Amino acid sequence: MLSVKNLKVRGLAPISFDLHKGDLLVVRGPSGSGKSLLLRAIADLDEASGEITLDKGSGARMAPHNWRRKVRFLSAESGWWGEQVGAHFTELARAKKSANELGLAAKLFASPVAHLSSGERQRLSFVRALEGSPKVLLLDEPTSALDEVAAELMEKKILALQKDGVILVVVTHSTAQAERLATHTLTIEDGKTRFEAR
Amino acid sequence: MNYISLSYWDLALASVLILANGMISIWFRLGLEKTLLINTTRMLVQLSLIGFVLKFIFVQTSPWWTIGLALIMVAVAGREVAARLTTRLKGWWSYGIGTTTMFFISISTTLLAVAFVISPDPWFAPRYVLPLLGMVLGNTLSGISLGLETLITTLKRERVSIEARIALGHKRFEAIEQPVRQALKTGMMPIINAMAASGVVSLPGMMTGQIMAGADPVEATKYQILIMFLIGGATASGTLLAVLGSAWRLSDERGRLRLDRLE
Repeated sequence: MLSVKNLKVRGLAPISFDLHKGDLLVVRGPSGSGKSLLLRAIADLDEASGEITLDKGSGARMAPHNWRRKVRFLSAESGWWGEQVGAHFTELARAKKSANELGLAAKLFASPVAHLSSGERQRLSFVRALEGSPKVLLLDEPTSALDEVAAELMEKKILALQKDGVILVVVTHSTAQAERLATHTLTIEDGKTRFEAR
Repeated sequence: MNYISLSYWDLALASVLILANGMISIWFRLGLEKTLLINTTRMLVQLSLIGFVLKFIFVQTSPWWTIGLALIMVAVAGREVAARLTTRLKGWWSYGIGTTTMFFISISTTLLAVAFVISPDPWFAPRYVLPLLGMVLGNTLSGISLGLETLITTLKRERVSIEARIALGHKRFEAIEQPVRQALKTGMMPIINAMAASGVVSLPGMMTGQIMAGADPVEATKYQILIMFLIGGATASGTLLAVLGSAWRLSDERGRLRLDRLE
């Protein structure tokens, strides 16, 4: 279980919620309302007061890199540090299989990162975020750079992960997508938050 | 020593050359005229003053005069490190890291040369200690400034990829290893390149000065080689300390990137 208690994110009222295995929380709100900051705070990428636990293990007491291996944040803007795509993966065979499920050819792993389209980057960084099988996935607009077909494949993959017991927190601007995916919603409006089960 | 003494008129004549810098700046609208004027004036005042100060200190018998001037030189060098950065760490950190690094590296390097290599009598002989310290400081200052500037600009430019690594569970220094390596390389390259060029492309300042003052060229060369080794070692270790100190400050114990600690 992912438990968030009195999490204070800049500009937002304290946030509390509990999510269990297989729950998918969709976070909604206007641009600049603090959705990404909330995800970053849960991943311990920004300083924030409050308590976050995963299966009763406190995030603050866990080594930060171990916490982030379990609670994985995927930014809307994908980051790459090597020349070749393949250099960013440690579980290459598994990554190629996941990439294939998202409509990507295995040969992309041998390409230079500079040759990738924004949609390919977004899907490959999603595949990379699955390495090490995190228990919680914090996805910031995971389909923002995708066409309809690719977005559909991505949603399918997200639902498969949910079925496998992964806890997901997804930021999206699409009402239709929120309807299709959410088991819970967190709506942010004027600094106030509303958590609801669906 | 047998050398040709320069008159102030000789210097005034040579100063005409600096006008070329001003003309280039005006012609290409570089906006460097004001900086050029201020820095030329600073150079004139500082060098004129240090000439009189050194003349005074050379005849003193107490080591405290040498130590005092050495500390002032280190403090000014530390301030200069911070001043050269386009983006500084908030508060006293840039000045603190610059000065602390300068202090330990330049003093230990100079002492090493004085105690084990040159062994002047007395040990604090300002004629040896202060020029050596000045040369070590000047070059270490350049290395540290270049290293820190590269570190900060690279961390800012590569923020997305660094945070992607942090989010994937990479440890603190693992996530910022590329900017740190780049910064160290940039800080150390000028002195490495200078070593390759010296004696063929360039005759370094100290050696030239000694030769013009009438010293034996072979003896002057030996001093220059010593200086190159001192500068090389001091620049490498100074850049390493300053870059690692700043990298430590720009990340935290939870492995986060802390660009909010920049001005």
